[in-house]
Amino acid sequence: MIVAITGIILILFVVGHLLGNLQIFLGPDWINSYSEHLRELGPLLWAIRIFLLATVIVHIYVTIRLAIANRRARPKSYIDKENVKATFASRHMVMSGLIVLAFIIYHLAHFTFRKTDPRFGLLKLDPLNRYDVYSMMVYGFQNYVVSGFYVFALFLLFLHLSHGSSSFFQSLGLNNKKLEPRLALGGRIFAWLLFIGYASIPVAILLGLIKPAQQL
Amino acid sequence: MNFKLQIWRQKDRQSKGKLVDYEARDISPDASLLEMLDIVNEGLLLKGETPIAFDSDCREGICGTCSLNVNGEAHGCDHPGAVCELYMRRFRDGQKIIIEPFRLRSFPIVKDLVVDRSALDRIVQAGGFVSARAGSAPEANSILIPKQDADLSMEAAACIGCGACAAACPNASAMLFTAAKVSHLSLLPQGNPERTSRVLKMVNAMDAEGFGNCTNTYECEAVCPAEISASFIAKLNREYIRANWHTSGAE
Ligand code: HEM
Ligand code: SF4
Ligand code: FES
Repeated sequence: MIVAITGIILILFVVGHLLGNLQIFLGPDWINSYSEHLRELGPLLWAIRIFLLATVIVHIYVTIRLAIANRRARPKSYIDKENVKATFASRHMVMSGLIVLAFIIYHLAHFTFRKTDPRFGLLKLDPLNRYDVYSMMVYGFQNYVVSGFYVFALFLLFLHLSHGSSSFFQSLGLNNKKLEPRLALGGRIFAWLLFIGYASIPVAILLGLIKPAQQL
Repeated sequence: MNFKLQIWRQKDRQSKGKLVDYEARDISPDASLLEMLDIVNEGLLLKGETPIAFDSDCREGICGTCSLNVNGEAHGCDHPGAVCELYMRRFRDGQKIIIEPFRLRSFPIVKDLVVDRSALDRIVQAGGFVSARAGSAPEANSILIPKQDADLSMEAAACIGCGACAAACPNASAMLFTAAKVSHLSLLPQGNPERTSRVLKMVNAMDAEGFGNCTNTYECEAVCPAEISASFIAKLNREYIRANWHTSGAE
């Protein structure tokens, strides 16, 4: 229940965040003004951030406790175990979730607090006196290691959500025999769309399709 | 047919246990896996060794007593079907077959391949019944039940209580069993009066027995010999949420 509800909140965030980020394809003006609007929210932005942080903490706390209880429920594992139906994604939710967590921490340090790349401090304001998020993203992703880790973490988020985004329907009892295969397929397609959407940004930047709006 | 067997031997609850190699020779392809074990046991008896202990009763897939993990799958590879319905023709001649007991904390090993599954009985004792005297079978049309409900209830009632769901579950969760036992009663008018308290008591009993938590991997429905659908777990979740809602309102 708690996992499902916190999971849904996080999914909503992930979708919203993707829609925001995809504005990079519409040019610097769009994404810089989007970011400016976000910052203008002031205290509300902080409220949302704290709410999301609390959600992540609750989600992880509950799932880790469940995972520990599950491990205790089978003190000696099978010598030989085949999985007939359980997918790789469904059996590795903790692993994919924790790597996503590591990524989230790095990601915040990178683009929110801008502590990992000294060049971000050199960026000048854009012509309308806004922080140039557009160029920051482009310079950030031009680094193969940064982009590589980003895409890798997205792949794990994809794994996590290819199970999680249909699993929560079942947890909340919103499922039946007819819906089940459709939800499973829908969840997998949804997770792929998220992955493609997010990964398109660093890929486009590395291919040189998106160039910084200013020189350093 | 001939087979190379690796079978879990464990003297009693406390001892450690290990896989032991055996050979099975000249087995008919139409023998069931349990009959093959009978033949191996006869050979062991002739040699003066202790036969391999394993559970079985009806040997026709209706009692739920047999409970083995064969080559990594609860009830073996021939789903849906109990391990007493698993025939040797499903294997290749000369194939290696690993036979283990169901492994989870709630089903302690008694000896060799025999596990104690009374945890499931205690879940049923907690609420899987109708308290009112039901009497003998009434006239069929005296209580009208919609066909869909009757069918769904019968589907859930097909559970034979073998425990394979919990044995196969990566989390050792008994949700499919509990879901079947809660659903087949809650769908019928006779079970309806105790609908709220039943689901709460049975889920609490399930947790108290030390089973794991369901994470919707659906491994259970893949091995269930009675083809109980995991959609009953969604129904159990629904019943549980509903029951919590009702009792919180009552206070
Ligand atoms: C950051 C670290 C995270 C960890 C450690 C984590 C861990 C887990 C675990 C262990 C489960 C339960 C396993 C299962 O149901 O099979 C789970 C479920 C789920 N997670 Fe996460 N997760 C994390 C992040 C996320 C994020 C960022 C999202 C959303 C974008 C998310 C969405 C979900 C959803 C929707 C479920 C399914 C809920 C259910 O079926 O009840 N998780 N997570
Ligand atoms: S639900 Fe299926 S696998 Fe589980 S106890 Fe009942 S018959 Fe066995
Ligand atoms: S012995 Fe009865 S179900 Fe297998």
